[in-house]
Amino acid sequence: MTEEIIIAGFGGQGVLSMGKILAYSGIMQDQEVSWMPSYGPEMRGGTANVTVIVSDQRISSPILTVFDTAIILNQQSMDKFEKAVKPGGLLLYDDNGIIRHPERKDINICMISAANVAAALGNTKIANMVVLGAFLKVKPIVKFENVIKGLKKSLPERHHHMIPINEEAISKGMEEVKYINQL
Amino acid sequence: MGEIKLMKGNEAIAEAFIRAGVDGYFGYPITPQSEIIEYLMSEEPHKRTGMVVLQAESEVAAINMVYGAACTGKKTVTTSSSPGVSLMQEGLSYIAGSEVPCVVVNVVRGGPGLGTIQPSQADYFQSTKGGGHGDYHLIVLAPSSVQEMVDFVPWAFDLAYKYRNPVMIQSDGVIGQMMEKVELFEQMPRLTNQEIKDKYDDWALTGRTPGREHNVITSLDLVPERQEKFNHKLEAKYKIIEQTEVKYEKIMCDDADYIFVAYGSSSRICQKSIAIAREQGLKVGLFRPITLYPFPYKEIMEMVPQLKGVLTVEMSLGQMVEDVRLATEFKVPVEHYGRVGGMIPTPEEIVDALKTKIIGG
Repeated sequence: MTEEIIIAGFGGQGVLSMGKILAYSGIMQDQEVSWMPSYGPEMRGGTANVTVIVSDQRISSPILTVFDTAIILNQQSMDKFEKAVKPGGLLLYDDNGIIRHPERKDINICMISAANVAAALGNTKIANMVVLGAFLKVKPIVKFENVIKGLKKSLPERHHHMIPINEEAISKGMEEVKYINQL
Repeated sequence: MGEIKLMKGNEAIAEAFIRAGVDGYFGYPITPQSEIIEYLMSEEPHKRTGMVVLQAESEVAAINMVYGAACTGKKTVTTSSSPGVSLMQEGLSYIAGSEVPCVVVNVVRGGPGLGTIQPSQADYFQSTKGGGHGDYHLIVLAPSSVQEMVDFVPWAFDLAYKYRNPVMIQSDGVIGQMMEKVELFEQMPRLTNQEIKDKYDDWALTGRTPGREHNVITSLDLVPERQEKFNHKLEAKYKIIEQTEVKYEKIMCDDADYIFVAYGSSSRICQKSIAIAREQGLKVGLFRPITLYPFPYKEIMEMVPQLKGVLTVEMSLGQMVEDVRLATEFKVPVEHYGRVGGMIPTPEEIVDALKTKIIGG
């Protein structure tokens, strides 16, 4: 199994940390992982994206142009990465702020209103975990228990009291994700 | 099995310094490697091992602090990125000319000048051909993963002390910034002055003791006859390094008609290109130099009889390609493909370049 994922949105939406938690979850089940961020001035208030690869084998290129999954959190990233999903792959997006919805017919398209779900849970910062839950519902590449272990590893101890609400966010994402186009 | 972590290349190499029993780090922050000094400062290694971490006022100061500290036999290291490493070249030449062991890390970014903060491999000439003045070589190691950022640290120090020569770990912005799973080695002890003497012969400046002449470490000798002799001594040392320390990796080369020659992050991208090319029926392999100096000339030459063509892939306008052409003695077509200015080649582009420059060319 090799899953090649791009996660893209605005800086501050938790794009990089979602990728990190996913990567840590892969390590928790003895898989190889890589996490390659875009870095540079564009991160300050601009778009942020990260390529995460989880695999049973040694990972070749950490830099890719086509992906099994694109997780899209803003319109600029939709414009950039909708076409980068491999045929038969998955595009998962948060519809918050999306003006032009994805149109491809040769890929699975799922939507999660993560910003709204997170707001209903009382903490907009955990929208990224709602999205992660949605992704894992559609593609359960890492086990839920390993995600929690990954969270514990990647969060500093002083934030561990946040783990229950993160768990709740992941579960809620799993419940609320909807197929827009299913192959 | 050692501790497993998810770390950036920059953080991982910083942790490896601490664990390798390094005595002193002297550096000045520059993107894309500032996480190294940030990590070292936040880890407070002076509490863990007694290691000194000092932010110098400039790269020029940092390399000269390394020079001074390393003269005492202590394990010292500095890190920077391309413009900063340019500033260090004078110091590196002095260090090589004084035969002082140390490790320098270059997390390469695009140039020339201030260039860009994005990844590049355009410092190959500077690293391997002597970026400073005079006849000298750095030993240059090219990691291609976060794991190698860790594993190469003790290896680099072994080589530095074995040959009393500065060793450069030439990484780039990709390896520095990405996170991968990494297994960390156990903490190694820092050496005492006595252990330094016992282990490394008695060249270091550890304080004069009865029955021993002054140790003098300098790169200056105004007597040409003596300086020439010293130059030949360095030459002999480099010969031994070239004969014994070459390291490389071959991937899917057994049946290959074509090979990519690439190091560092480019070699990772090429591995994806191989998978794409092989799906299309092209027998392609990868030759990855791990030591850039000494360069695996002989080992590349040995592959020539089976090859129809070679494509070097570097994030430069073509630097290592010159060494590959030397290695193959023009007996097989060798072309270069690269992206520059902080752009990173994609796996698909590399396959296209193989087709247009080598197979169709």
